[in-house]
Amino acid sequence: MKQEKIYLDNASTTRLDERVFAAMKPYYFDNYAVATSEFGYSQGLEARETLSEARTSIAASLGAEPEEFIFTSGNTESSNLALKGVAKNLGVKKGKHMIVSKIEDFPVLQTAKELEKEGFEVDYLDVDEDGLIVMNQLEALLRDDTILVSIQHGNQEIGTIQDVAAIGALCKEKNVLFHTDATYTFTRIPLDVNKINVDLITVSAHTIHGPKGIGGLYVKKGTPILKIMDGGFQEFNLRAGIENIPGAVGFAKAVDLVTPEENKRLSEIRDKIIALIFKKIPLVILNGHPDKRLPQNANITFHYVEGESITLHLDMYGIAVSTGSACFSRSLEASHVMMAIGGDHERAHGSVRFTFGRYNTMEEIDFVVDTLARIIEDLRRISPLGKKGGE
Amino acid sequence: MPFPYNDIVLEHFRNPHNVGSIANPDGKATEGSPACGDMVSVYLKVDQETKKITDIKFESYGCASNIATGSIITELAKGKTLDEAKEITWKEASDALGGLPPIKAHCSVLAVEGLKSAIQNYEEKQGLSTNNETTTEEVVRKKLKRVMNPMKGLDMVATNLIKEIEVKDGIIRVVVDLPENHQFAANIKEESKERLENLWDINKVIIEFEK
Repeated sequence: MKQEKIYLDNASTTRLDERVFAAMKPYYFDNYAVATSEFGYSQGLEARETLSEARTSIAASLGAEPEEFIFTSGNTESSNLALKGVAKNLGVKKGKHMIVSKIEDFPVLQTAKELEKEGFEVDYLDVDEDGLIVMNQLEALLRDDTILVSIQHGNQEIGTIQDVAAIGALCKEKNVLFHTDATYTFTRIPLDVNKINVDLITVSAHTIHGPKGIGGLYVKKGTPILKIMDGGFQEFNLRAGIENIPGAVGFAKAVDLVTPEENKRLSEIRDKIIALIFKKIPLVILNGHPDKRLPQNANITFHYVEGESITLHLDMYGIAVSTGSACFSRSLEASHVMMAIGGDHERAHGSVRFTFGRYNTMEEIDFVVDTLARIIEDLRRISPLGKKGGE
Repeated sequence: MPFPYNDIVLEHFRNPHNVGSIANPDGKATEGSPACGDMVSVYLKVDQETKKITDIKFESYGCASNIATGSIITELAKGKTLDEAKEITWKEASDALGGLPPIKAHCSVLAVEGLKSAIQNYEEKQGLSTNNETTTEEVVRKKLKRVMNPMKGLDMVATNLIKEIEVKDGIIRVVVDLPENHQFAANIKEESKERLENLWDINKVIIEFEK
């Protein structure tokens, strides 16, 4: 029964590109030195130069200066540093109020909850049915003691892209720092710090066919932030710890390899799966915004069936996807994103997320939708709700 | 490859037995869990003389464990008398399936609840049961035996999760021996409320956690 594996969970992580691996390899075996100070030995100096080149290249992709880009261990650490680092500094100097959206990914959401325990006050911004934040509400929530607004660029589950330009402009007008988690948009959706106002940006390598264990934080020059992990003075004294030079090189290579053509191809795969599902399977809804959407994301609720049942059936055919159903999660709670856009369990219960990457093909999509159509039909046959829908 | 479900579970999930509904059932019930969204319907045909279950079917709007348990529980109940069928526990169903992951207990216990409720529905229709007993601490404890502790695959009572129960003026207050930021706190709260809120003499249910 098992076919070739079809991996449609690229938002969770992606397959490493061989070219990225080839670029990294010399820094494990040939020059594995740490980046020493400018008075160090030559291998260390070379490592230092390599790290600087990787930094310059990734920073440039955001329109930023090299000194504005900090390497971290990934998006979780980057968002922790952004929120806690600003809180540590401005919590004393300016105030203790923050605003984040309800549909943030866990690194931002859980960090905000931790900060609440430490005496910070956090407002959680609503989103509309498409997953867009409510701008009027954001404006109304901003206060004199607000130190940071953290709103993601693109959503991890439903793929909705926020208007970061408008949010950034509002934050600038109110003199409040703006952090955006761009883990899922980086290199996929243009983000230029010279064109939009943003003070902190979280990015990661593992979502763009780069290595796991490396990410970064853009920190605009002069942003009041402090390090949150003590140790050495690396990364402009904002992130202690030995530099992950092979990771940095791999990250830079991964950024280089993403092209506008690839992003267009991903959006075509996305449009194809959505169109085919709507054509072949009744009683479905698209979750997330129809147009303001990540090129690599489709998220669909299949009424009257449960997500884990769908994913398990698909797995038997070698197809890997993810669901927002409570039965699938580690905490037995339905996806907070699905709850925020729909407000009920039904929408989350039968939701399936398909996320695409470099190694997916159009042909795979035909097989996936045909398989899916049979699975949904079978599961609806045994569902107590299936008949109500006029099946 | 470590996989959470064994072959028996997967077989019952893939090809569930006794699926569907029964026209004019003698007993019928739908059990749902708002906390996770799963739902199960059970339909019964009962022989009036012998009180044996002659036919049983189920439908599921649930995950793999839920479907597999529905399949096995209907197999176990078929041919049994109502009194025998009432005694079938989640543990027996789980054992017959060769074991289920503890975290999935709450999804699969629904099928067992569905069977019990369908039997109750039959008995109420036949005028065999009436229930207006006063809610006491013991009644609450009994109800909470149906709420699963996802860490263990056993119920809240058996795993000593209940620190305190108070029943006063139509209000039930339960203190759960878990920190309020625990991974499963929200799930346990919703499942407990669901079990207690429909008691006839109760107006309010408060579930508290350790600070």
